Amino acid sequence: MARNVQPAGQPAPQNAMEALTPEDAAGQENFDRIIAKDSRVEPKDWMPEAYRRSLVRQISQHAHSEIIGMQPEANWITRAPSLKRKSILMAKVQDEAGHGLYLYSAAETLGTTRDEMMDALVAGKARYSSIFNYPTVTWADMGAIGWMVDGAAICNQVPLCRASYGPYGRAMVRVCKEESFHQRQGFEILLELANGTPAQRAMAQDAVNRWYAPSLMMFGPPDDDSPNSKQSMAWNIKRFSNDELRSRFVGMLAEQVKVLGLTLPDDEIRFNEDTKKWEHGPLDWEEFKEVLAGRGPCNAQRLERRRSAHADGAWVREAAAAYAAKQAAKQSSTNAQKAAA
Amino acid sequence: MNEARLPEGTAPAPAEGAPRWPLWEVFVRSSRGLSHVHAGSLHAPDASMALRNARDLYTRRNEGVSIWVVPSDAIAASDPDSKGSFFESPQGKDYRHATYYTKSEGVKHL
Ligand SMILES: [Fe+2]
Ligand SMILES: [Fe+2]
Repeated sequence: MARNVQPAGQPAPQNAMEALTPEDAAGQENFDRIIAKDSRVEPKDWMPEAYRRSLVRQISQHAHSEIIGMQPEANWITRAPSLKRKSILMAKVQDEAGHGLYLYSAAETLGTTRDEMMDALVAGKARYSSIFNYPTVTWADMGAIGWMVDGAAICNQVPLCRASYGPYGRAMVRVCKEESFHQRQGFEILLELANGTPAQRAMAQDAVNRWYAPSLMMFGPPDDDSPNSKQSMAWNIKRFSNDELRSRFVGMLAEQVKVLGLTLPDDEIRFNEDTKKWEHGPLDWEEFKEVLAGRGPCNAQRLERRRSAHADGAWVREAAAAYAAKQAAKQSSTNAQKAAA
Repeated sequence: MNEARLPEGTAPAPAEGAPRWPLWEVFVRSSRGLSHVHAGSLHAPDASMALRNARDLYTRRNEGVSIWVVPSDAIAASDPDSKGSFFESPQGKDYRHATYYTKSEGVKHL
């Protein structure tokens, strides 16, 4: 809650070796004890600078993903096939905005302002999940996104509810409660299409084919190519490796797709009896890196839309500030009159 | 003891790029008879808009029947480092718990 984590204008030592004051030494000892006990770190606690930086990066990227993630689905709000579907989609997109805000406020407890994070996103300096740089070309994509993209997000986020940083874990609890509706409504869209006309069925299958691999890549690069993962797990931020989570997710999809009566575009999916893990075919990690580097199908469009939305909202922010100032002035003149009476 | 917040006027000046709107902590009462519980925070230009934003952000599914918003910088917090000295040690004070009194075990309604 309290945010006086670093006195303003006085950056913490970048290198712990440089300035190991007695406070730092005691802080480190306390921090190590908290992590060893699998307890939680709270905003006012001393924490290693690298832990703080790593959290700011992860939580702000997560927040940006929720915010940018509104766009592919917002694309279909005006064209939803029924009023019911339109209301559901609007509620889902509104939830994603909420998730972004929960996460920004969690990141702020680490001493980074929301404006700094927003500015980094709009300036194209911040990363967000590569999945949101793919286009949504049919209504069935709303189904595939809910089922697979939100599904992968849930797999990733449930263990994050136990992340060692208290505010992050608490934000994730709130997010996870809301996500299950997202996945179910997507599954239902696909189920309806899969049981519809041959054209609807083909549309559903096409959407599953296109979103399958990108959703698997949402868990991040393979373990041997994921340098930050180890440290993140040692700090109890991450609980399971990228490949572990991906394997679990594939197992869930493999069962659920049967209910849909559709297929996954991967004939190498199998349960390995020896390792007790689900396996899948190769993924195109070159494509992943390209999209992450800003060269995906919709990167430019997503950022441009974010920028214009922010600029278009300027008058609302100004009006709200003007209204607040007017109310405050009214209040103080009333107070003055009362005092004079 | 160092747990009180800085006196008015001595707070560090906001850094460059500081939020334009103040930060509010949001507390939600989930139903009548229960306490307000901290839900998270948000930015808003004043209290009435903070309340409206809090309603939209934290109670989209009937999570609350009442909301409090408090300016974050109005909250004084205890210092986590003073855990040992600030919070009274329970050491040697077992007699504050009912379980300390074992002789009455087996006596009905006690
Ligand atoms: Fe979300
Ligand atoms: Fe979602």
